[in-house]
Amino acid sequence: MTVSAAPAEAILDSSRSPRRRALRGTPGAKAYGLATITAVYLLWSLLPVAITVLFSFNEGRSRSTWQGFSLRWYTWDPTGSIINDESLRVALLHTFVLAVLATLITVPLGVLFALALDRWRGRIPAGANFLALITFVIPEIALAIGLLFMVTYLATPFGLGTWAQVIGLVTYQLAYPIVICRARLLTIGAHYEEAARDLGASALGAVRRVILPMLFPAILVSAILVFADVLDDFVLVRYLSSDASTETTSMRIYATARAAPSPALNAMATVILAVSILTIVVGWLLFRRWARRQGEKADMGSLASTL
Amino acid sequence: MGDRSTRLLWPILGLPAMVWIALFFLVPLYVVLCVAFGTSDPVFRTAIPIWNPLEWQFAQVQVVWERLFGADNFYLPVVLRTIVYVVLAVCGCLLIAFPVAYFTARFAGRFRGLVLALLIAPFIISYMMRMLAWINLLQPDGLVNSIITLGGLLPLEVNWLSGKPYVVVMGLVYGYIPYMLLPLFVALDRISPSLLEAARDLGAGGVSTFRRVILPMSIPGIVAGTLLVSLPMMGDYFTSDMLSKSPKTTMIGNLINLSIVSPGQAGQAGALLILVLLVLLVPMVWYTRSNARAEVRS
Repeated sequence: MTVSAAPAEAILDSSRSPRRRALRGTPGAKAYGLATITAVYLLWSLLPVAITVLFSFNEGRSRSTWQGFSLRWYTWDPTGSIINDESLRVALLHTFVLAVLATLITVPLGVLFALALDRWRGRIPAGANFLALITFVIPEIALAIGLLFMVTYLATPFGLGTWAQVIGLVTYQLAYPIVICRARLLTIGAHYEEAARDLGASALGAVRRVILPMLFPAILVSAILVFADVLDDFVLVRYLSSDASTETTSMRIYATARAAPSPALNAMATVILAVSILTIVVGWLLFRRWARRQGEKADMGSLASTL
Repeated sequence: MGDRSTRLLWPILGLPAMVWIALFFLVPLYVVLCVAFGTSDPVFRTAIPIWNPLEWQFAQVQVVWERLFGADNFYLPVVLRTIVYVVLAVCGCLLIAFPVAYFTARFAGRFRGLVLALLIAPFIISYMMRMLAWINLLQPDGLVNSIITLGGLLPLEVNWLSGKPYVVVMGLVYGYIPYMLLPLFVALDRISPSLLEAARDLGAGGVSTFRRVILPMSIPGIVAGTLLVSLPMMGDYFTSDMLSKSPKTTMIGNLINLSIVSPGQAGQAGALLILVLLVLLVPMVWYTRSNARAEVRS
């Protein structure tokens, strides 16, 4: 069966088939219907956010009537702008602090673990890997309540606040670098490391000088994902925050979007979005530099293929 | 470096993460059990966890059980409502995501990269920002109302954000649909066009090709997407809080959150959470294991 299926597919696959060329040339009515659905979906998905960004630049207090372009809610409003309203300023700053700290801890932990899993076989590493993957699908509220209870009832000297939040975020994000780096390690294979060992490198030396540099795109992608995801986190940071000084932007939006809305909230969300986009752009530039040095192809596809 | 130290290198590299997972994942889950099966202070009503499993008491679980299936079962409607909302939202996600993913995988042509980027875009937009976007649109003087009343001419104004179940379900679909789109796209993208051609050559019509080739081959994507979308919804309380803030749309997540933020109910929050986790355990473990197996195969 498989013997005959392969050539059959090869024949069908060749672009010499006139039928196939016809299919490719005229997508047909069905495709137009699907294209319409897709376009409507994308509008529904992104237009509300675009409107939110737009009204962060509104001159007036309304978030539905355009009163002219201004940076009032970013800079010059004496009490309401994100610079002058202390709660918004603190929230923005704290969100970035959490994202940086969580990324700095999560990525090394996960990369080392992925390296270990690549060579270390047995029940213990398999069980640890399973647990790490469970953190990925467990409802976030379960981890948040668990850590909240742990801090309140067990580890009382530690207290809630920045470090409790960082610990929760790292635990929740750990699966990203593990999954991404493991996938990349599988495609790298064992040959490079073996060659390095044959040339006299120690196991650690081979990891440091051969494997880690090849792992760079995977490390980069997981760092970007973790950073962007922590910027958006709400459930964990809310339960593990101590007071107003450890509030994040998502908590500010949750607390005031219905009660006391102002375009400054839109401005704050827009800043976070801009930073997320900036992170991706910087990551892309770093990847391109790496790829050029390695003499590899530097396009989006090759970055995506590291996933 | 000897052979021995080489063999030890891998466990040493893995140790920090393993300690981390044990300390900050397993221990917290155990503390939840100890609080849920513990007692509470009769005066201050604070929870007193019982650390020894042999001494666990079931008063808190019983309270939750009574509220679910006892005489005063005011939790039950919330649970049923959550199930209905999640089922509706998952169906909504599937109905929208399938054609979109199918189009992107097969017909997007030179726009493929752009469409894919736009499909991924919601991932980097904060969930709260996306809810804020809908609050802006749906508030009484928002754009939606000013459009359907033609700027205040028609008396059609709707108070969207006051406990409308369909608004909450729409919010859930809006919030979680990216997690449905990606696995569906991956599954549909794997279907070779030659298979569809073969189906047609063998006399299958459009409907038949869909039913007998496309649909069966997209099942892994449908299953993965359904799990990725429905698991977080079961713990979601903020979508309902943001888009309705009414007891009429309370979900299980809201019950848990209310028990957490009101004093003296930590034990009940823990018990409720354990019941939810017990129900979700099978799909979570199944999904994780099937992923691990797929990794081994590749």
